[in-house]
Amino acid sequence: MTETTLSPEAAEKPAKLPFKSKSLYEVDDLTRKRNAAEKRFKTYGMAAIGVGLFFLFVLAYTIISEGIPAFTKTIVEVEFSLTQEQFDEAEGQLFKTKAYEQIFIGALQGQLQESGVSVPFDATTIERIVGKPGNTIRSFFTANQDKLGGPAAFELAASSRVDGYMNGRVTRENMTDSRFLQKTDLDLVDNLVEAGVIKTVFNWNFITGADSGVDNPGAAGIGASVVGSLFMMLVVLFLSLPIGVAASIYLEEFAPQNRFTDLIEVNISNLAAVPSIVFGILGLAVFIQFMHLPQSAPIVGGLVLTLMTLPTIIISTRASLKAVPPSIRDAALGIGASKMQAIFHHVLPLAMPGILTGTIIGLAQALGETAPLLLIGMVGFVARGYPDGFIAGFTEPNSAMPAQIYTWAARADFAFYEKAWGGIIVLLVFLLTMNIIAIILRRRFERRW
Amino acid sequence: MKFSTLVSATALAVASTAFVGAAQARDQVQVAGSSTVLPYASIVAEAFGENTDFPTPVVESGGSSAGLKRFCEGVGENTIDVANASRKIREKEIKACAEAGVKDIIEVRIGYDGIVFASQKSGPAFTTFQPADIFNALGAKVLKDGKLVDNPNNTWADFNADLPAVEIAAFIPGTKHGTREVFEEKVLAVGCEATGALQAMIDSGMSEDDAEDACIDVRADGKSTDIDGDYTETLARIDSNPNGIGVFGLAFYENNTDKLKVATMGGIAPTTESIASGEYPVSRPLFFYVKKAHIGVIPGLKEYAQFFIADEIAGADGPLATYGLVSDPELAATQASVSNEETMQ
Repeated sequence: MTETTLSPEAAEKPAKLPFKSKSLYEVDDLTRKRNAAEKRFKTYGMAAIGVGLFFLFVLAYTIISEGIPAFTKTIVEVEFSLTQEQFDEAEGQLFKTKAYEQIFIGALQGQLQESGVSVPFDATTIERIVGKPGNTIRSFFTANQDKLGGPAAFELAASSRVDGYMNGRVTRENMTDSRFLQKTDLDLVDNLVEAGVIKTVFNWNFITGADSGVDNPGAAGIGASVVGSLFMMLVVLFLSLPIGVAASIYLEEFAPQNRFTDLIEVNISNLAAVPSIVFGILGLAVFIQFMHLPQSAPIVGGLVLTLMTLPTIIISTRASLKAVPPSIRDAALGIGASKMQAIFHHVLPLAMPGILTGTIIGLAQALGETAPLLLIGMVGFVARGYPDGFIAGFTEPNSAMPAQIYTWAARADFAFYEKAWGGIIVLLVFLLTMNIIAIILRRRFERRW
Repeated sequence: MKFSTLVSATALAVASTAFVGAAQARDQVQVAGSSTVLPYASIVAEAFGENTDFPTPVVESGGSSAGLKRFCEGVGENTIDVANASRKIREKEIKACAEAGVKDIIEVRIGYDGIVFASQKSGPAFTTFQPADIFNALGAKVLKDGKLVDNPNNTWADFNADLPAVEIAAFIPGTKHGTREVFEEKVLAVGCEATGALQAMIDSGMSEDDAEDACIDVRADGKSTDIDGDYTETLARIDSNPNGIGVFGLAFYENNTDKLKVATMGGIAPTTESIASGEYPVSRPLFFYVKKAHIGVIPGLKEYAQFFIADEIAGADGPLATYGLVSDPELAATQASVSNEETMQ
């Protein structure tokens, strides 16, 4: 800008312009304004992070405080003996576990009367305090028939109301007498707690067990559905990784650039945005109704989730292939490698950390998915327990972790609600582990050019 | 090359698993349907797995209509064996079933369930209702000063001075639930007749059928909310709205007496006794439907049906009654019809 181009007015103006100041140390208006804007923006950013952290904290606090009760359980520890006649009689009935329960309650009532418990109680009181011990007792004695006649020690899960009383969910003030628990029953509970018969222990069964009926929350566990999730993830890993990597290598390195490949690329991106329930409908129609694969089986769940994960893996693999500098390909081709050798010997190993990271993120996403499982029968009461073998793991009905959590959250008994939160903790532990593995892989092996 | 071996090994493994899976016959009973029947079915399924040599059946939820729709998809291992329903199967559904090849259906009535109106324990005093109150609060068109108008009521006290003067907020089962049908039939329709709205509609020139349909229309101005999920969703809504009134199954309410208080209907408190005797007006039978063609193909199907309605399970002292089912006085007749595999006509 020169003096000659300036009009008289313009020549006057510079007096007001902030450029007038010659010193950098003197902060003029415009600079102050810009600095203020920057400061404001930083505050917004910090506020955004603060809000995010606040919600994260609230979430973590809620999950942990609600979920902790799921990891403890109230047990009734008793010694109990069963005679051969009682065993035969109970086995001869239709509802065997109920018969064992009755025998047990009778025996416990006798024991308590002998030990001179000071509060009044009867058989129904005991029935309300102990949960459903029938199956534990039956499976013990059918497996150890030689123990019949002698005393055997049992740790039996107490009923959900008593469990709630022990962990503070049920109090004498907030409870109402019902056929599930009466206020007077709590006197006996207090008495037994003092005597060391009722106590709270770590709930291993929650981590290793399978789902249980709605009236038996003491026996419910997430273990079987962890196994179900594991088998699904195996299917997802062994299908989506090779298919995804092969597809991306072809698209990225070999495919001619034409309308058709453009179309494919656009559709892969679109596929990544398709709501997961759509894959569930597809799974029901193709895998169950057309291919006649078994219902409620992890193999179908795995196939459905594979479809869902594929786009994620393809997109991340292509990104990491693109990130390998062309000079490496050129160098390999220059010394006489074929295109395939250049890719498999040089490009792919360098892209591997990115591919694995993408795969693990995709798997973690699939692990937490419930919606597509709704339609293929994995959400509901699936209490089959552990599969009988490796192949059976794929074909036998099983649930998955998020499906199990969803099912528990919908049940009337509040004890299951606690279990749902406990299940969320278990699921989060798995997700965090997978994400940490992804981060470690990226940190250790990723190279930047 | 390492990569290609991995690919072919995977392909082989997956192909063989898929093949084994397809070739293996299903060995567990597959059930789907009403979320009201689900708790009972899961109790039975667990006990069935524990007490017999058959594997534990898989029970899915989703609502009576959804369950019956899947039930009527056809015959074969890839379809469900049993549909739970909190209402009777409709003619239309029987026809759809027959068209898909499901011709022989065994109907099994397991007992009765009450539908209760409950609100927050510490909320306003909703303790007594008449069907007319519910109709006046929720009907699309009600009688006001002798005239049929779009529901103008904002608070419960607007039409019944004995009820609290708080905003109407009701959470009722969505249309895919069997409970909705009972709610319409036993509460709205009854209330419609009791308030004289039905007569007014007929007098205004509507045919009787149209008037009956208009009676069960629910207002759509946001005062009534359809809940498509389970009762836990209704409970969550009530939890966050002190003025809310929710429709629950009796068993669900009994499991949550620390949070909810129940209202009497027509002066009768809902209990298993008052429902069994028929005094409490809003109750309905619960059913499950068995595909006869699957008996003998799916192991344990008939045994499951028989186990479900055995005296030890569905009888007055069984675990289902303990959970909240009102046992059926005519259980013996149902037992006989299941053991003879009598199908619906």
